[in-house]
Amino acid sequence: MTDRDGEDRPDPDALLRRMQAEEARAKRGKLKIFFGFAPGVGKTYRMLQVARDLVCEQHLDVVIGLVESHRRPDTASMVLGLELLPRRRVEYRGHVLEEFDLDLALARRPALLLLDELAHTNAPGGRHAKRWQDVEELLAAGIDVFTTVNVQHIESLNDVVAQISGVQVRETVPDAVLDRADAIELVDIAPEELLQRLREGKVYLPDQASRAVEHFFKRGNLLALRELALRRTAQHVDEDVLAYREAHGVRATWPTGERILVCVGPAPSSGRLIRAAARLAAGLRCPWTATYVEPTVGAPLTDADRDRLEVHLRLAESLGASVGRLSGDHVAKTLVDHARRSNVTRIVLGKPRHSRWRDRLRGSLVDDVVRESGEIEVQVIGGGDDGRPTPAGPAAPASRSGAPVWQHFAAAGLVGATLLLALGLRSALGLPDLEMLFLLAVMAIAARFSRAPALTAATLSVAAYDFFFVPPLYTFSVGDRRYWLTFLMMFGVGLAMSELVGRLRRQERESSAREARTAALYGLTRALGAVERPEEIAAVAARHAADAFRAAVVLLTNGDDGEPAPTAAYPEGTSLAPGDLGVARWALANDAPSGLGTDRLPGAPVVCMPLRAGAARPGVLALRPLDGAPLRADQRAFLDVYCRQVAVAQERARLVEAAHSAALRARTEEMRASLLSTVSHDLRTPLASITGAATALRDSPGLDAETRAGLVDAIVDQAERLERLVANLLDMTRLEAGALTLSPDWVPVEELFGSALTRLEGALAGRPVRIDVPGDVPLLRVDPVVFEHVFVNLLENAVKYTPPGTPIELRARFEGGASPAVHMEVADHGPGLVVGEEARIFEKFVRGGARQGTGAGLGLAICRGIVEAHGGSITAANRAAHPPGSGAVFRVVLPVRGAPPPMPPALEASS
Amino acid sequence: MTTTTAAAADTILVVEDEPQMRRFLRATLEAHGARVLEAETFAQASMLVPTQHPDVILLDLGLPDGDGIDFTRRLRAWSRVPVIVISARGREDDKVSALDAGADDYLTKPFGVNELLARMRVALRHARAVGDADDASEVSFGQLRIDLARREVTRAGTVIHLTPIEYRLLTLLARHAGKVLTHQFILREVWGPAYASQTHYVRVHMAELRKKIETEPSRPSHLLTEPGVGYRLRGPD
Repeated sequence: MTDRDGEDRPDPDALLRRMQAEEARAKRGKLKIFFGFAPGVGKTYRMLQVARDLVCEQHLDVVIGLVESHRRPDTASMVLGLELLPRRRVEYRGHVLEEFDLDLALARRPALLLLDELAHTNAPGGRHAKRWQDVEELLAAGIDVFTTVNVQHIESLNDVVAQISGVQVRETVPDAVLDRADAIELVDIAPEELLQRLREGKVYLPDQASRAVEHFFKRGNLLALRELALRRTAQHVDEDVLAYREAHGVRATWPTGERILVCVGPAPSSGRLIRAAARLAAGLRCPWTATYVEPTVGAPLTDADRDRLEVHLRLAESLGASVGRLSGDHVAKTLVDHARRSNVTRIVLGKPRHSRWRDRLRGSLVDDVVRESGEIEVQVIGGGDDGRPTPAGPAAPASRSGAPVWQHFAAAGLVGATLLLALGLRSALGLPDLEMLFLLAVMAIAARFSRAPALTAATLSVAAYDFFFVPPLYTFSVGDRRYWLTFLMMFGVGLAMSELVGRLRRQERESSAREARTAALYGLTRALGAVERPEEIAAVAARHAADAFRAAVVLLTNGDDGEPAPTAAYPEGTSLAPGDLGVARWALANDAPSGLGTDRLPGAPVVCMPLRAGAARPGVLALRPLDGAPLRADQRAFLDVYCRQVAVAQERARLVEAAHSAALRARTEEMRASLLSTVSHDLRTPLASITGAATALRDSPGLDAETRAGLVDAIVDQAERLERLVANLLDMTRLEAGALTLSPDWVPVEELFGSALTRLEGALAGRPVRIDVPGDVPLLRVDPVVFEHVFVNLLENAVKYTPPGTPIELRARFEGGASPAVHMEVADHGPGLVVGEEARIFEKFVRGGARQGTGAGLGLAICRGIVEAHGGSITAANRAAHPPGSGAVFRVVLPVRGAPPPMPPALEASS
Repeated sequence: MTTTTAAAADTILVVEDEPQMRRFLRATLEAHGARVLEAETFAQASMLVPTQHPDVILLDLGLPDGDGIDFTRRLRAWSRVPVIVISARGREDDKVSALDAGADDYLTKPFGVNELLARMRVALRHARAVGDADDASEVSFGQLRIDLARREVTRAGTVIHLTPIEYRLLTLLARHAGKVLTHQFILREVWGPAYASQTHYVRVHMAELRKKIETEPSRPSHLLTEPGVGYRLRGPD
């Protein structure tokens, strides 16, 4: 932004943004939110009141989508007279729930729809998981919506409210919904009044949570919540002002350029950290990023951790953050480097919750970041974590789910065997050596199995060693205190060993999964590189996806009408139910994954991922996992990468096609121009001769017989020429239009040569034609009528371009080998071809440069068209063995495909 | 066998919708002494045939009011009047269908007068030969002689050895000398109805036959290929 001229000109980008926003808003419905600080402040009542006024004063078409009167008479009376949308009844776990019917509302299309409780969670089976998503769809459809929400349901304030009130609210609405609202009306009453209404029973409260509610409705709480609601509303007003300022070139009054980076991890406390960062960013009005740094050393994340991490990153995204993932040896350094690169001014970290010991051992992230940060401010917020896996986290899943019992028995068995061995060797070895034997057993078990069997082995070893070897013998009492160290070592070794092995295994699993994904991606890329047409790409993508995700796959491509239609499926015959198609449509329309395991339509059996390549959205990939389970977080991330790859390939194919058709158009244009000039010349010349000769015959009675005969001959001649030209034009058109349908038959070469020669009997008069067809030339699979033209044209060409009386040769020979083919040649003894033009003469409207001819230059182009339609090739050359000027050779090579059908049994019986 | 030098005194029905074409045909044919009837549509032609008893019908396949092949088939149900089909190049399938439906020959537009008269002569000759007992025991085409009684073929006095199939093929063509025979027709007559789709039989045997009886097999003077339609033995005239 340069404001050198000092004028307060609006930033063009901001202006553009505003225009786009206004444009979108014109189409979109308007959202008004009635905002309260607690239940019972009268949001619903106020909403109905405003709506009634609109009906009365403006005769607006208002429909109530869903309003809970909670049997409060004053609210219920407000509903009277307004149109109520029937509710959808959903059976869920034995209860019948009444839900808002989105489809009905969309079909009804009122001007304004009233919908209570924006934060409501829909019953499973609905299109969207949350009501605010329903609202989004209504707005997108151009329907205005009034709705209500309480401050505790706002995502970024959720935990603050929880801290104030002690009540954790699960149903939340993203701040973005609030920010996008066209109007927010704060419905406010004094807390005292609310408490009064509560005492009078005017506030509806769910029975089960009465104790929590009691705590909630304390004056202090209410005051705090009220303040929060007022502040949030003020913030929205602020944004309005900001938008106004931007729109009208009023200079921003704060030095912007702040940028916050929050370091998140899988620990549960990260959620709070993210919300805090969101509030901070909102307060500073600056962009913010949530970043996770995956350490390349140390234990990798468990699946549970990874899932939690994904939840956190999604939360950050929903709060308006951009999300980043980094990996590095040194978490702090990676983080700070990244922050510096992306001009971050403030890094937000969670306060470590582990003991000082861990920092001593592993180093403290906070300390490291602070040391590295330089000019970047570092803010440490309570309740966060340090971006590392939770301390208790890394436990092998095997031990969590419990090791199989047989492993414990195996551990016991090995210890028993060790005991027997030790008893046997007791006299030969010293006590410390026997101790080593037991240690060995513990190590073996720990290395082989997980932690629990290792502990079993350690316990049993300690017991056995103590009982049999540690004096006093055959008791569990320990005489010498230094044996305690031995016992400790046994346990320590067992634990450390199993921990290390478990970590190693997890890493191995992780890396093999990563390897499998890389291999799948590599396989996909390679397969995609080998195909060109969009259908082929779709087929390849579907097949590889089916393998990589163990799912039935359908790939849908955007039709011209914007509707996705299935183009490829694997296993073949896989199809989508109409409902699943709706999931795909949703994914495409909203440019976000939907279906199984996602936020949207999680009840569907399929997961749909839009194919994204730049701005293009060529289609959707729909997967139905074979085991019916949702994709894991890492699989989802992989699916995203996978879909991008496919989309890029499809986009590439589309561009290639577009470029191809553009080139074709250009060539067609060029051709049309040359066709016009050729046709106008070549059609007019014979017509002029015919008209001239015919009018001479008609109008000049004094002509002698010889002249008359000459004129008549000229007419016949020119008419024939015209006929040939028209025939060639027709042939060419038919070839180009693809209208040439071949009806191939097995034909001897002699017959092809023969019929062409017969056709040109007149033109060939006086020319020796030498024909050479050896007996081993097989039958050719060609359309005899069409293929005859090749030789007719080649022979005509020879006649036209070589001196009269010179011989013409027709030869055929069979070439065996790997690709057997019949070579047929038409050779003349004329001046030959212009060197360098051998290939060009097969193009349309090209006449041999040195050759003065009259044709339109179509004959050879037709030859090539016909030969290529038969899978062969045609070339032209001058006779190699002779100096130039000793004639041209046109060679047609036709591959021999398949054996000709058998001949009938010889009919010996004579007739 | 009598050799007609012209279509003299014959009545010829021209079924053609193009006035210029009709004018050309009428002028040409009348100049050769024929009586010419004109029909613009198949409906008109169907009226004229039973009342005027034409000796030859020249039939354009592409008329606006229907299908010439259908017309031929219906005509053949009750009349053996020779039909020569006129059709454009590139419509070989139509020609074959018309021939299979019972037409006697075809002409490809554009055609010359000589070609037209030659085809008409052949058609008339065959029409007149039908019914007469074809007792000729010997036919000859240039230097080629076929002795039907002794089943012997000679060229310039030299005996040519033919296989039974080749002999049957040659005699079939000779019996219809000058007329085009479709692949289907030849297959049916020589090999039997079961082989009607094996057109390559005909091609291969025809090639062999040419090697034996033609002086220049690749530039045949007797056994002519009609591309996409069939074969024709060039008549004695």
